[in-house]
Amino acid sequence: MFYTYLRRELAGRRKQTAIVAIGMALAIALVIIVNSVSSGVQLAQASVLESVYGVGTDITVSQAPAAAATPGTGNGAPQRFDFGSADGAAADGTTTISRSRLTAERGTETFASTGLDSVRAVPNVSAAAATLLLSNSTFSGALPTRSQGATRPSTGQGAPSGQSAETPPTGGPDGAGGSSFSVDSFTVLGLNPADAAVGPLSAVTLTAGRSLASTDAGANVAVLDASYATTASLAVGGTVVIAGTDFSIVGLVSAATADSATAANVYIPLDVAQSLAALPGQVSNIYVQAASSTDINQVQADIRTALPAATVKTQADLASSVSGSLASASSLVSNLGLWLSLIVLAAAFLIAILFTISGVTRRTREFGTLKAIGWSNGRIVRQVGGESLVQGLIGGVVGIAVGLAGILVINIIAPTLTAGASTAVQAVGRGAGAAGGAGGAGGAGFGPGGGGFGAATQAATQSNIVLTAPVTVSVILIAVGLAVLGGLLAGVIGGWRASRLRPAEALRSIA
Amino acid sequence: MYQLTNVTKKYDQGKRSVTALQDVTVSIPDGQMVAIQGPTGGGKSTLLQMLGALDRPSSGSVLLETEHLGSSNLSSLGDSQLGRIRATEIGFVFQGFNLIPTLTAQENVETALAPLGGTNAARRERSAAALEAVGLGDRLGHLPAELSGGQQQRVAIARALVKDPTVLLADEPTGNLDEETRDEIMDLLEGLWRAQGLTLIVVTHDSAVARRAQRRLHIKAGRLTELA
Ligand SMILES: Nc1ncnc2c1ncn2[C@@H]1O[C@H](COP(=O)(O)OP(=O)(O)OP(=O)(O)O)[C@@H](O)[C@H]1O
Ligand SMILES: [Mg+2]
Repeated sequence: MFYTYLRRELAGRRKQTAIVAIGMALAIALVIIVNSVSSGVQLAQASVLESVYGVGTDITVSQAPAAAATPGTGNGAPQRFDFGSADGAAADGTTTISRSRLTAERGTETFASTGLDSVRAVPNVSAAAATLLLSNSTFSGALPTRSQGATRPSTGQGAPSGQSAETPPTGGPDGAGGSSFSVDSFTVLGLNPADAAVGPLSAVTLTAGRSLASTDAGANVAVLDASYATTASLAVGGTVVIAGTDFSIVGLVSAATADSATAANVYIPLDVAQSLAALPGQVSNIYVQAASSTDINQVQADIRTALPAATVKTQADLASSVSGSLASASSLVSNLGLWLSLIVLAAAFLIAILFTISGVTRRTREFGTLKAIGWSNGRIVRQVGGESLVQGLIGGVVGIAVGLAGILVINIIAPTLTAGASTAVQAVGRGAGAAGGAGGAGGAGFGPGGGGFGAATQAATQSNIVLTAPVTVSVILIAVGLAVLGGLLAGVIGGWRASRLRPAEALRSIA
Repeated sequence: MYQLTNVTKKYDQGKRSVTALQDVTVSIPDGQMVAIQGPTGGGKSTLLQMLGALDRPSSGSVLLETEHLGSSNLSSLGDSQLGRIRATEIGFVFQGFNLIPTLTAQENVETALAPLGGTNAARRERSAAALEAVGLGDRLGHLPAELSGGQQQRVAIARALVKDPTVLLADEPTGNLDEETRDEIMDLLEGLWRAQGLTLIVVTHDSAVARRAQRRLHIKAGRLTELA
């Protein structure tokens, strides 16, 4: 009887069934899509962070730059390149000059590497590694060699015919007295090869050569970010010049997730980095792995106590440092998406409840009659509850189908999000090539033509991440759970109303 | 048989209190056919509710004595016990037929058997037989909307009688029917009453209906009187 009656009611009152089911379906589809997109965004965030901070890094320790940075310490100070009169090599009327500086990366403060020992002494720290993030800037250029003739004022010595003073300038990169300069910079990360289990290199994929080994300590060897190597036309076996020192390139690494950059352009042994940058015993970041995820808060607190001056961030803190459209997507999903699905869900529940109540009211005489012929309250509550539950389940099934279709569409469109991890680790792109040198006809006497500086483009690590919306069993279970919950809620309320009807209602004259 | 003693039913409507039944004392033996008449608002339906275990009186007692239940005091039983008695002992026929619009004729009849348990097959068999007995053996799968008023009331009668009740209570069973159909339905009810040895209590405005009864009661302003 239960199933017959249930079937007949749902089929016989199609409009009511459809409205309740559609409301529920919309809500559930929305919940599924929002849930799936948000886990997609989380995955994307995790992969961005992983490529920058490494796998298994639970906590990073850095030190914020002192508020008033003293000039010349490299932090926030303008970069200066001083050239003495003897610098540069002259040939063919052109003097080429080049100077490299290796300094702590802008925005990073270095601190004593003894901090690593303090971190390791904290309970529940399973691994820790220290790195030194540096920036290598090379200022190079070419200018015409200054000659007596060219510098002498044209009126100084009699030039009767008036032609000698107007001799056009020669030399320089364009052969016409022009000059050309460029600033080229890249990031250098010094790390202890022995501590590779945690830190930036723990998440990378070796694409060529070998990684840094413990035996590389003290050696002038480097591992390059593969995409940087491509831009800079460098390869394994070649040489990269850091602060005027040649390093042989032993390997190339790329981020495990395609399309995103690793933490730095060049990786060298920590001790070498410290001595080249004249920062002995200094590090800029410590990467910490906690024994278990439940220990993270305790480890963070203990490190804060041990290193009061340090900035101690967990992965959760770091996630907020992810910028770009990925960050916008993340906040869109977590704010708008969450609220929208909550509102639609509440509306769907309300629709289901109101329709069930109005259905019960409309069927007052029907339920009164059933009570009059001996149906118990329990039987009537079961009947009303069953109807609502099935309506909710139909909505749930349709909603899951619509939701999965929506996810499929998202995955087919595969929107690309850009993401930057803009905290302590900020890779500096390679300076753009030389421009300028266009000063053709120089002025009289003082010969240098127009000069041009290659603008050093400084770009933060930019990753392009394709958003994928994963479908998990838990999402489906949540959807089914919500459908059941909505149906039961409406059913319980409607059933309660029906159970309160008096059987004598059956005798009421027809309205 | 019924034994009503000093049954009073008051309805409280805010400040006003309506006395629908006033000190009704009456005895109805088994197998009797009784007509209850009276002006509108006189208390006929209220009395039927007392007899049908649909409601309890404000005071007084309503005793129902049947073969397999013995004596029950309907004025002091709980809701679920009253429901149990309605399910097994009492059949109802209403003026508005009160069929469930989404269920077929046969399924409507089956609803009366649902509280009694038993297998689906047994229920189907009994409901088909009951519909056969009211002359609707060929309309088992019809929805109420596909049946005429007289046919709908026949389905309702089949639903009331399918469980073999002790008492059949009908409130204006022919109130919504034309004269010809009224006579058909009354012939049917009378025939079933005779054949099954029921106690049949019919509330009616219609003296043509009342004339068929062995005994006629009259209620006016809640007071019951016996008509000769
Ligand atoms: N549920 C109720 N609440 C309040 N008053 C009620 C209720 N049911 C009946 N009454 C009142 O009790 C009195 C008797 O009503 P009842 O329905 O028994 O009359 P009736 O004789 O069946 O009338 P009709 O011939 O119109 O059906 C009326 O005054 C009615 O208004
Ligand atoms: Mg009445």
